[in-house]
Amino acid sequence: MSDRRMAVGNYRNDFLKEVEANVEDGEWVKMCMQCGVCAGSCPLGPYWEHPPQEIFMMIRAGLRDDVLSSESMWMCTSCYNCIVRCPRELPITHIMHGLANYAHRLGLAPKMNPTRRFAKLFWNNIAAGGRANELKLSLGLYFMDGFATGIKKSLQMLPIGLGMLKTRRLNPFGLLAGGNCKDRKGIQAMLKKAKELEDKRKGFA
Amino acid sequence: MTKQYSFYPGCSSETKASAVNYMTSVNAMCKTLGIALNEIPDWNCCGASIGYAEGGELPRHAMNARNIALSEKHNPGQDIVATCAACWLGAKETQRCLQHSRRLLDDTKTALSEAGLGKDYKGEVPIRHMVEVLIEDIGYEALAKPVVKPLTDIKIAGYVGCQTNRPFGVAGESFENPKYLDKLVETVGGEPAKKYDQKVTCCGGALAFSEPEKSQAQIRKIVESAYDHGAEMIVTPCPVCQMNVEIYQDQINARYGTKFHMPVTYYSQLMTVAYGGTAKQAGLDGNIIRAEKLEKIAAKPAK
Ligand code: SF4
Ligand code: SF4
Repeated sequence: MSDRRMAVGNYRNDFLKEVEANVEDGEWVKMCMQCGVCAGSCPLGPYWEHPPQEIFMMIRAGLRDDVLSSESMWMCTSCYNCIVRCPRELPITHIMHGLANYAHRLGLAPKMNPTRRFAKLFWNNIAAGGRANELKLSLGLYFMDGFATGIKKSLQMLPIGLGMLKTRRLNPFGLLAGGNCKDRKGIQAMLKKAKELEDKRKGFA
Repeated sequence: MTKQYSFYPGCSSETKASAVNYMTSVNAMCKTLGIALNEIPDWNCCGASIGYAEGGELPRHAMNARNIALSEKHNPGQDIVATCAACWLGAKETQRCLQHSRRLLDDTKTALSEAGLGKDYKGEVPIRHMVEVLIEDIGYEALAKPVVKPLTDIKIAGYVGCQTNRPFGVAGESFENPKYLDKLVETVGGEPAKKYDQKVTCCGGALAFSEPEKSQAQIRKIVESAYDHGAEMIVTPCPVCQMNVEIYQDQINARYGTKFHMPVTYYSQLMTVAYGGTAKQAGLDGNIIRAEKLEKIAAKPAK
């Protein structure tokens, strides 16, 4: 059975239950009283098709596909404005991250969303050696859409890159070294185990 | 007397990484203040705010728990102190989540044992940001004592940003209008731009990479307001804020026809200069937009 069908199996008609079981801090969603405070809190607000308040309403209305395929959660900058303002103290930031992660995991998240792709690149970058390698990360980002676009984007970013190089804030040899912990093997095993446990818990394994 | 802390520097502070000059100035500042930073051996990345999408919940907690366990094992009895907002936040969030969920705690420990640390996580150590150490353990008065070159005649906008401020923040400060950066500026003899109204505006964080246009609209507001309030430079406690607000100014100028050229410094750079450190010790050679007024003060002999 595909990942997707396994995770959904038990919740056929109840998206709220599915969110409560499988999404980080999902059990909080039902506490939302629709006051709208969070809707005005996101820095990239104009680009949210559905602000958090609406997402919570849609979850309760069972609009599964609309929620999980939305670009909205991917506009979250992790600014934590919403969390400190919500009268019901919902961990909104974490729920947005959790929904994005769940949608991504199910393969329902928008394929081309740049933040989804960057986030994936970032995690793979740190999971490899335990620490971030900033050169590989930025090159990976610019070359995400293929070689030609990569060259174009790198050229656009060249003045900034040179500025960082000149001030010794970027390692030109980062492609060869850097970003490694001594116990990278242990870290990799730890992450593998953590993923295994989480997948089992969330019905992916 | 020297105070001992277990130090979590984070990825951006490594040699030849984006915030290496933050680290340089923190070292100089701590030396003056008698703060000893004992690096957590073999620390790893916190997962940053963007790690969630691919990393999920438990793997992220495992990353942070590993750092906490290493600290509790190798630097027992010492508070963890982080200089990066995201590192501080990530570690603190993990500690809280594991306190509140037995299941997460057990799973995290199972994962940690793969890295040989299954028995080392206690999650009891206080996790603090460097500015908390300055304000709470040292105090403004003692921070003013070593000042030999007051930063007179510089007006500075204190840009606090998001993650040093929310959701945890610094005790006694409000989320909408925290004042500690202004107080730190005054402590070293500078003039804070007290009415600076974008001090807690989000710079876009990691989305400055993935959604550059949308984030640069935010950054534009942050820099413009500093100009509007007569500031000559911005000061911040966060390496992500520092980088985002500094390095995109040329692209913003090209897009919006603005003429921004606003230095963006760390509090530790201001303090190092005020304490008589050289431009190099303050990491001023690491600023892409040079903080010329600070460099001048650093070059002058102390009175
Ligand atoms: S601020 Fe809280 S209670 Fe109000 S709509 Fe948002 S999540 Fe719901
Ligand atoms: S943390 Fe995310 S959801 Fe909350 S206000 Fe900021 S952008 Fe919006």
